[in-house]
Amino acid sequence: MSVDQSTVRKIASLARIKVDEEDLPRLEGELNSILKWIEMLGEVNTDNVEPMTSAVHMEMKKRDDVVNRGGCADDIVANAPLSEDHFFAVPKVVE
Amino acid sequence: MTDLTSLKISEIRDGLKAKDFTALELTDSYISALEAARGLNAFVKETPEQARDMAKASDERLAKGEGGALEGVPLGIKDLFATKGVHTQACSHILDDFKPVYNSTVTQNLFDDGAVMLGKLNMDEFAMGSSNETSYYGNVINPWRRNGSDAALVPGGSSGGSASAVSAHICAGATATDTGGSIRQPAAFTGTVGIKPTYGRVSRWGVVAFASSLDQAGPIARDVRDAAIMLKSMASHDPMDTTSVNVEVPDYEKALTGDIKGLRVGIPKEYRVDNMPAEIEALWQTGIEWLKARGAEIVDVTLPHTKYALPAYYIVAPAEASSNLARYDGVRYGLRVKGDDIADMYCNTRAEGFGDEVQRRIMIGTYVLSAGYYDAYYAKAQKVRTLIKGDFDTAFKDVDIMLTPATPSAAFAPGEITDPVQMYLNDIFTVTVNMAGLPGISVPAGLSSEGLPLGLQLIGKPFDEETLFRTAHVMEQDAGFTARPDKWWS
Repeated sequence: MSVDQSTVRKIASLARIKVDEEDLPRLEGELNSILKWIEMLGEVNTDNVEPMTSAVHMEMKKRDDVVNRGGCADDIVANAPLSEDHFFAVPKVVE
Repeated sequence: MTDLTSLKISEIRDGLKAKDFTALELTDSYISALEAARGLNAFVKETPEQARDMAKASDERLAKGEGGALEGVPLGIKDLFATKGVHTQACSHILDDFKPVYNSTVTQNLFDDGAVMLGKLNMDEFAMGSSNETSYYGNVINPWRRNGSDAALVPGGSSGGSASAVSAHICAGATATDTGGSIRQPAAFTGTVGIKPTYGRVSRWGVVAFASSLDQAGPIARDVRDAAIMLKSMASHDPMDTTSVNVEVPDYEKALTGDIKGLRVGIPKEYRVDNMPAEIEALWQTGIEWLKARGAEIVDVTLPHTKYALPAYYIVAPAEASSNLARYDGVRYGLRVKGDDIADMYCNTRAEGFGDEVQRRIMIGTYVLSAGYYDAYYAKAQKVRTLIKGDFDTAFKDVDIMLTPATPSAAFAPGEITDPVQMYLNDIFTVTVNMAGLPGISVPAGLSSEGLPLGLQLIGKPFDEETLFRTAHVMEQDAGFTARPDKWWS
């Protein structure tokens, strides 16, 4: 499978990365050379093979459904580019 | 007095105990050394004041007869590890000015054992790279140069700053991380020892995530003993990481017995790849002879799906990265670039904040996870991963450990490899280990015809780092690797 420039534009938009029109041909070439290379996997027979879902076999750890850390709103917003009263501030979303 | 920066961690431990020098004197020696070595660009943030304070605290503890396993040992910390109040940016522009309010479990473990932090080490942006050419803070330079040449070489990546700094003796040891070879390949390029532990051995909490099912932290050190000392401190069971495994951390140094008699060492034939340089092949053969002479038994094994590991990795890792890196949107931390509306702000922030390689991988990951392609790419790759793991499981029924080359070449020059796929092939011998969650160690084993370090890799069974250390230690003695780069940088 390969991608064309309109697919690259769509991927960029899904990934929320602004891509300039003049960069589309370069990205198209780079992504296609990677996709062409990974197509090698088509040679492998994976019928009746389960996908790997964890690197180490272990029981999923569970913990009690309680608040075990909290009261640290200052810490949470400490690195925000913009915050007000412990809220992250963003450009207006709803008019 | 000997140059304190020439001492290994094990020698520092003895010297401090014998009061030959103080932790503060040691740290001051390193601060001078790293300031003189700025041409290597190994550190992106030096923290001399904090280092001196930590060293003074170590001296106080030592005076009282206290002190942990790494008391007073000056370390470099890869920029991927959260360090409280100190620059932590994964060497990306998008994390501008990010200063965590907490320590990663790994750095906390090291500090609890008395380690001193000299600063944060350069790396490929978000650990995506094999040459340390993708850092927002510029290339790291390898202390090693080709015979008779003064041209710069890459230190490998992504833990290039860690490898360069340990190799140049501007820190006693360093933390590093390995998603596809990012500890072992730079260690091989710089004549240092690097171990990627079993997945789940070391906590990932507070380590900036790249590909969560593959990422694992480990040390880069000057020799096998130092790596064993460091891993003992770094490893722990951590409730904050659901994939951290609750297995006791052994005293790895005790594994260095020098005895590998009867050990069954597998030689995977699929690692004899096309166009493998003759000197890599010869080095591998030499390693086999060393182990044989020590009484190990050499066994041919087969890992039939080896050649599919790298392409499968370049589906799984970008897919996980595209998901992990979705959090960098200019809202909660780091860079924010204004836009017409909130979506435009996200797009502008991510376009300016991520470098080319990171953008490329996010886009590949987004594509392989997108509707209609998930089964063809991601599900397929995860099935191939099952087969790769199965290859190892079968082979390890017959052998205790495997020996392979660490890299397909010695260090190369910056700009020499521009094609992404060619760059990815650097990890051809290391990436299988991440895909299967196994431990692997790279040990310096010889010099190339151009005078550059070459490494051999040992691959172990899950949670059997002890056999890795024991075998690596023996190989290190037989290799007698004492070569040092000319100190051109200061």
